[in-house]
Amino acid sequence: MLLYNVELASPLMLGTAQYPSPAIVAAAVQASGAEVVTVSLRREASGNLAGQAFWSIIRDLGTRVLPNTAGCRTVKEAVTTAHMAREVFGTPWIKLEVIGEEDTLQPDVFGLVEAARVLTEEGFQVFPYTTEDLVVAERLLAAGCRVLMPWGAPIGSGRGLNNVFGLKMLRAHFPDVPLVVDAGIGLPSHAAAAMELGVDAVLLNTAVAKAGDPVGMAKAFALAVEAGLLAQRAIPMEPREMARPSTPVFGRALLA
Amino acid sequence: MRIIVNGEEREIEERLLSRALCELDFGDAVVATAVNERFVPASQRSAIALNDGDRIEVLAPMQGG
Repeated sequence: MLLYNVELASPLMLGTAQYPSPAIVAAAVQASGAEVVTVSLRREASGNLAGQAFWSIIRDLGTRVLPNTAGCRTVKEAVTTAHMAREVFGTPWIKLEVIGEEDTLQPDVFGLVEAARVLTEEGFQVFPYTTEDLVVAERLLAAGCRVLMPWGAPIGSGRGLNNVFGLKMLRAHFPDVPLVVDAGIGLPSHAAAAMELGVDAVLLNTAVAKAGDPVGMAKAFALAVEAGLLAQRAIPMEPREMARPSTPVFGRALLA
Repeated sequence: MRIIVNGEEREIEERLLSRALCELDFGDAVVATAVNERFVPASQRSAIALNDGDRIEVLAPMQGG
């Protein structure tokens, strides 16, 4: 998989939030095989400088970081956050989130396209958190995005792929654009299903962080995305409405 | 001078943003700064004079999804 000219072997990207401890974040990332982890920027308290300790742990992992603009609701907020993230993390990559609705955390696709255009012109390599809408996808590509990150389901919901048809349409319309299903994945089977329908990668966080055993779940996801990718490459059979015997009928003994 | 740092009112002596960050105990921490909702790159902090009532955001790497 090639994302902005960076070759990645693993189709799994992992978020770093909500884990029981920093040590478990590190162990989960290692177990997942992820080569990209998402991070954010938040207010630093001068008393304990918690962000510095976190950043030290992430740097030691040796993975690439994909900073996000989580929580931003306007183009201005998202663009300013991206500038700050580029300076702190030293990467032009930005996971662009412009949130439009509180209950579903659905992207404000109008603001998203505008912010993507501004940031691309400023040299950012934008990973837009979007819906499966084809027209929005067209606009994001026209704005300069070279990766699309459609949601599977609302962030943190663990519902899996809410619109399989929509994701298939996106894949069919943009066969050469890297697609990363971002958000809503709850189980390894969801991630495998996404890979089977031909997306290039999945990005998830809560499903691993909030599992009873995050490290075990990270390993399960690693195997699931690999299985899904192998299955997709192996060209799955076409489903049928009716049964068809798999054992040959020819040569069956007459014993009745 | 009274300024707002990460949403909290603080009293500081230093006027330059770069010096104010030291006074506020951020020292050499890896942070990004904004003054009155505008990003101030690290390279420009020593050229930014703060004014009474300014709103400063000091952001650091955090967990994210």
